[in-house]
Amino acid sequence: MRRPGKIRPWAVALWLLVWQIAAMALDQQILLVSPLRVLRRLGEMLLTSELYAAVGFSLLRIGAGFLLAVLLGAGLAALSARFSRIEELLAPAMLTIQSVPVASFIILALVWFSSRSLSVLISFLMVLPVLYASTLGGIRAVDGQLLEMARVFRLPHLRRARCVYLPQVLPYFRSACQSALGLCWKAGVAAEVIGMPTGSLGERLQQAKVYLNTPDLFAWTLVIVLLSLAFQKLFLFALDRAARALERV
Amino acid sequence: MRTVPDIVIRGLCKRYGEKAVLRNFDAVLPQGALTCLMAPSGAGKTTLLRLLLGLEKPDGGEIAGLDGLRLAAVFQEDRLIESLSAQDNVRLVNLRVSKDAVRAAFAAVRLADCAGQPVCELSGGMRRRVAIVRALLAEWDVLFLDEPFKGLDGETKAAVLDFVRRSLRGRTALLVTHDRAEAEALGAAQFLALP
Repeated sequence: MRRPGKIRPWAVALWLLVWQIAAMALDQQILLVSPLRVLRRLGEMLLTSELYAAVGFSLLRIGAGFLLAVLLGAGLAALSARFSRIEELLAPAMLTIQSVPVASFIILALVWFSSRSLSVLISFLMVLPVLYASTLGGIRAVDGQLLEMARVFRLPHLRRARCVYLPQVLPYFRSACQSALGLCWKAGVAAEVIGMPTGSLGERLQQAKVYLNTPDLFAWTLVIVLLSLAFQKLFLFALDRAARALERV
Repeated sequence: MRTVPDIVIRGLCKRYGEKAVLRNFDAVLPQGALTCLMAPSGAGKTTLLRLLLGLEKPDGGEIAGLDGLRLAAVFQEDRLIESLSAQDNVRLVNLRVSKDAVRAAFAAVRLADCAGQPVCELSGGMRRRVAIVRALLAEWDVLFLDEPFKGLDGETKAAVLDFVRRSLRGRTALLVTHDRAEAEALGAAQFLALP
């Protein structure tokens, strides 16, 4: 069966060709650089330590923000499912985080903290409400008949969590992580572009813009996209492996 | 095995909104014996079972003799964990039961080749048998069976009845069924009816 939205190599090749032709027709490297030029620039960058340092800087911070939000979001969702007062208490906070523009958070965070940890906070704030809402929805959707079965057979709490809750909440949690991963990279890098912490990917993008260095801008963007995809794949792979190991009786 | 007293039900009442499902129901489930509950659909059999299992609170009356006892049940629905294998569904409720014991039980109910298969791949009748084996291999003092043989065909049903009969010997259980022959095959000591 054909999966909707699946990326086909021929479609990617066609779009790259369109890009190459458009760049050649425009012949203005500042406005639109060709994909071949971007690849060449990326190849050059791969030989420098600057790229790896910037990747390490941003990956560490955005990844930390994401992981913190995953842990706290899931933990708070579990507490909210158990205690309605906690859900009531958190509802306005989650709504505020979701409604306030990310730019406002970035500016506020720059006033409060150093720009070096900015992307931790911003990626954390972007991910937290998504993870919290989805995990809570998943817990609420757990089959009541299975919970009754667990109660009658007096399943210990840990086994109940692993074997009854986990398989049913995991699809919600996983899909929230999938959406949040893209979101945290976009917001995290945007925060770095505004805050310009030294040595970050966002700073590189900002410098490319200041010097009208379009090949660099595209190459750094490509690095961010690849990094975000790799992080997403790795995280989801580890999550699936961990879930399978945990579910085993 | 623990000493199980008679389970005494006195004046049990339960209503849902305006509808009274149980009205002053009295019964004794004698210890070490199988009691069979027969009544037409909608008479409150499942409600009584839910009250006995502690899944609902009665509006009146009391149930004596169940405190501290370990219960097990075959529900009307299979209530299996879809992502787990048949064997893991059984061991989920009792980690002390050995894999060999599970395999022997599966063989007795003609599920010998299905132990490692995820239950989501099993047919309705196979899932029913997994639910029965799960309840019987759990650590229990009192067992409740709510129409456990529904959907099982002739020969398989005979094998399952035989397995259940051997597992129930001398233990306290309540069977809800529409089929008197099932209760007799299991050696029911008494028959109850709901008004």
